[in-house]
Amino acid sequence: MALFLIAQIAGRTVAIESGQVESVVDIGTIVPVPRSERHVRGLAALRSRVVTVIDTRAALGLDAGSVEATRAVITIVEGHHYAVLVDALDDVAPFDLAPVSAGIVLDKGWRTIGRGLVERDGEPILAIALDALIPGVAAIAA
Amino acid sequence: MQVPTVPRGLMDDLLQEFIAETRETLEALSGEIVAWESAPDDRDRLDAIFRFVHTVKGSCGFLDLPRLARMSHAAEDVLAAVRSGERSPDTKLVNAVLAIVDRIGEIVEAIDSGHALADSGEDLLIAALDAGAEAVVVAAAPTLRTPSRSVRLNVDLLDRMMSGMSDMVLARNELARRMRDDGANPSVEAALERLSLTVAEMRDTVTRTRMQKIDALFSALPRMVRDTAAELGKSVTLHIEGSDVELDREMIEMMRDPLVHIIRNAIDHGIEAPALRRMAGKRENGWLNVAARQSGNQIIIEISDDGQGIDIDRLVAKIASSGIRGEAELRGLGEQARLELVFEPGLSTKDTVTAISGRGVGMDVVRANVEQIGGRIELYNTPGKGLRIAIHVPLTLSIMATIGIGVRDQRFAISRQAIEEIVRVGGEAIRIDRIGDTLTATVRDRRMPLIDLGAMLGFEPSEPAMLVIVGVSGGSYALAVDTVLDHEELVIKPAAPAIMATGVYAGQTLPDSGLPMLMLDCAGIAHVAGLEFRRESPTDDFVVETRTPGVQALLFDDLDGTRRIVPLSVIDRVEPVSTSAIRFSAGQLRLSVDDAIIPLVALGDWAAKTSVSVLRLRDGGLEIGYAIGEALDIVELPDAIVAAREAGPIAGVVAIEGEQVEVVDLHWIFAHHAQGGSDLGAPLCLLDGTESAWMTTFLRPVLEGAGYRVTSALRAGESAQVVVRMDGDVATPVGSAAVVRLRREAEGDESSIFRYDRSGLLAAVARSAGGR
Repeated sequence: MALFLIAQIAGRTVAIESGQVESVVDIGTIVPVPRSERHVRGLAALRSRVVTVIDTRAALGLDAGSVEATRAVITIVEGHHYAVLVDALDDVAPFDLAPVSAGIVLDKGWRTIGRGLVERDGEPILAIALDALIPGVAAIAA
Repeated sequence: MQVPTVPRGLMDDLLQEFIAETRETLEALSGEIVAWESAPDDRDRLDAIFRFVHTVKGSCGFLDLPRLARMSHAAEDVLAAVRSGERSPDTKLVNAVLAIVDRIGEIVEAIDSGHALADSGEDLLIAALDAGAEAVVVAAAPTLRTPSRSVRLNVDLLDRMMSGMSDMVLARNELARRMRDDGANPSVEAALERLSLTVAEMRDTVTRTRMQKIDALFSALPRMVRDTAAELGKSVTLHIEGSDVELDREMIEMMRDPLVHIIRNAIDHGIEAPALRRMAGKRENGWLNVAARQSGNQIIIEISDDGQGIDIDRLVAKIASSGIRGEAELRGLGEQARLELVFEPGLSTKDTVTAISGRGVGMDVVRANVEQIGGRIELYNTPGKGLRIAIHVPLTLSIMATIGIGVRDQRFAISRQAIEEIVRVGGEAIRIDRIGDTLTATVRDRRMPLIDLGAMLGFEPSEPAMLVIVGVSGGSYALAVDTVLDHEELVIKPAAPAIMATGVYAGQTLPDSGLPMLMLDCAGIAHVAGLEFRRESPTDDFVVETRTPGVQALLFDDLDGTRRIVPLSVIDRVEPVSTSAIRFSAGQLRLSVDDAIIPLVALGDWAAKTSVSVLRLRDGGLEIGYAIGEALDIVELPDAIVAAREAGPIAGVVAIEGEQVEVVDLHWIFAHHAQGGSDLGAPLCLLDGTESAWMTTFLRPVLEGAGYRVTSALRAGESAQVVVRMDGDVATPVGSAAVVRLRREAEGDESSIFRYDRSGLLAAVARSAGGR
């Protein structure tokens, strides 16, 4: 049993294995980074550190949501701090990770970040890998 | 191969290393010694102590420490005897050895602290080792040891300290900001002020701990240069200057690869093979100078060599043929821009890839590496004479002096180092114009490209208000911004890969404002904007050169002191030979080379010398040696040769830089000295008339190649079968010989032949010589 963070991303419930999560924060002012790819929302200050804010919807290839996400999950990839924007955070609980059921094919960006399924009260939740959302890193992994 | 000089200070470093090592081993050994004392038969302990004195003995010999050497040697002998079973480790012997080990420790401390230590009693200590000597009383080791003023630290620890320091600066900034926002009371502000001062001081100190002498980078060079040169069959003398200059440890690591690459390039592509250098009138030993110096907040590392420099024409041809850039575009480039084509990706100026330089890494990577750490590379090329490469890098990576600039509502930082000046638009001497669709700025008669930062970063268009003149390698450009803010020392950290991938940012930082800020990469911006720098007016580069390449020839001082010249194509190589290999035998001078004997021509006195340089001349088959005084230079053989009055080793005289230089008559030399001589049955071809000198240079190889004997003056008893002369020459009848007439113009009637019509000419000569 591993500990998972249950969050809402782009209107879907996802599970994030806690080992990938450094902290969960509210993001303040985001300074844009001109000329960068769409899924880099910008830079934000987190305590005395600068984090790169990832627009999760853009990274998944989805259209922008109606509400500005302000909560974020901080993850460290290759020494850089990233804030992955999430719509909401529900819960932290231990789950068993199971492979995605045979025959189910994920679409769009979900396919690149999906790592398996966890089951909460009978509801299957997609477990995701945060580093697959990070531009550059995902390209190498793909 | 000349052995590179050992850098100064190396001995000191080795000594320090020895002291630190001995001290550490002694500390580790103290336990062993006590254990050995209580159990003298313990073989492991004995071995450990033996190893120690053995190591000390070895180092002492190298470092020239005779006292230590004597004592460790004595102790080693005794311990060896114990190991071989010749002596038994009784208390007396153990005590004597321990006394020596203690003494070694004392001397090492004395060396370190620079105190003199009387050597009285050392003879006694050594004598005590002898079997049957009086027992020595081992006093407790006197605590003379000076408190050490230095410690050895793990570099990881230093790195952690530095990164902690950066965080501390950022935390202070945040605190200052919050206090400003909340309106703190004066006493807290004063405390913060004190904290700020301490933090700043601390930061300087920590920065210094990371400074390292650049010798750490240079010390490996002598060996590398020696090995690389040996591999390529070249000899290179390396000079190193400024090893004492200090640089951030991280920078030193970043500089390692570029430096190694540049030096390998210099040896492989720059410095010529010894024979070529000799022909070019250079010393056989290539000269490579690596120097470091500090200039303001920059370190400049210069690598210069006295090799052939960069052949720009060949470089341009190479780029054109590889299709990286169009030929028309290349022709339009100025001299400096063409030189900087060496930074073009995927380029190797050498036609053959060698194991040294052909590793798929080019100068483009070198430049990228240097620019990545905020530096730049400058090239100073002197074709034929050498290349100087100057690398400018900032002192430290982590903390940079920056200027804040504003574009609309966003702030960015620019490295202070890159900024040449800042001017306000609307001033007297400032103009902004559009040339075509290209923006240019003219600042006090200096015209340069202009990049509108706002437009580049995708902001709404607006009129430029301020111009920041930025210098990048190759030139300068003006960056239009809205506002110029303050000067700030910032801790710059690398940004995430996705941000760096834009190519316009150098890093990110968190200034006092509490809002993250991006630092602009000025070179990157120029690159993204597609700027190209040309320093000189490109117009004169459109002239298409039609000059035919002349005959390359070696200029030399002959043994008799006369300056002479000989075409390069006939020289197989130049090499020094001992005069003992020269003998007058079987009717002529001969030179022993390897296993053969070749005829030697010497037009001066060589007997008094111990060695002379010999040109090994080859006409395709035969070989002749020509002893000379000194090779001077490679020059183009002038067309205008004034023929000699009579046939002999000298064909004529040419003027080179106003000086009269005799042209060696290769034909005469081969005819008179080569074994077998020329084929006397071949038809003799006389080059006659006013242009016989031109003919000698140009036609003779052609005719000789076709099997004729060629001369420009008939000797008594000789008669020519064919006479070649220019159309218009006054015809003095030359016996019964047929005459072939040449003309200068391509067009003309059939009575003469265009002088560069090779096949026509050969056919005419053949007809005249009788169907040959």
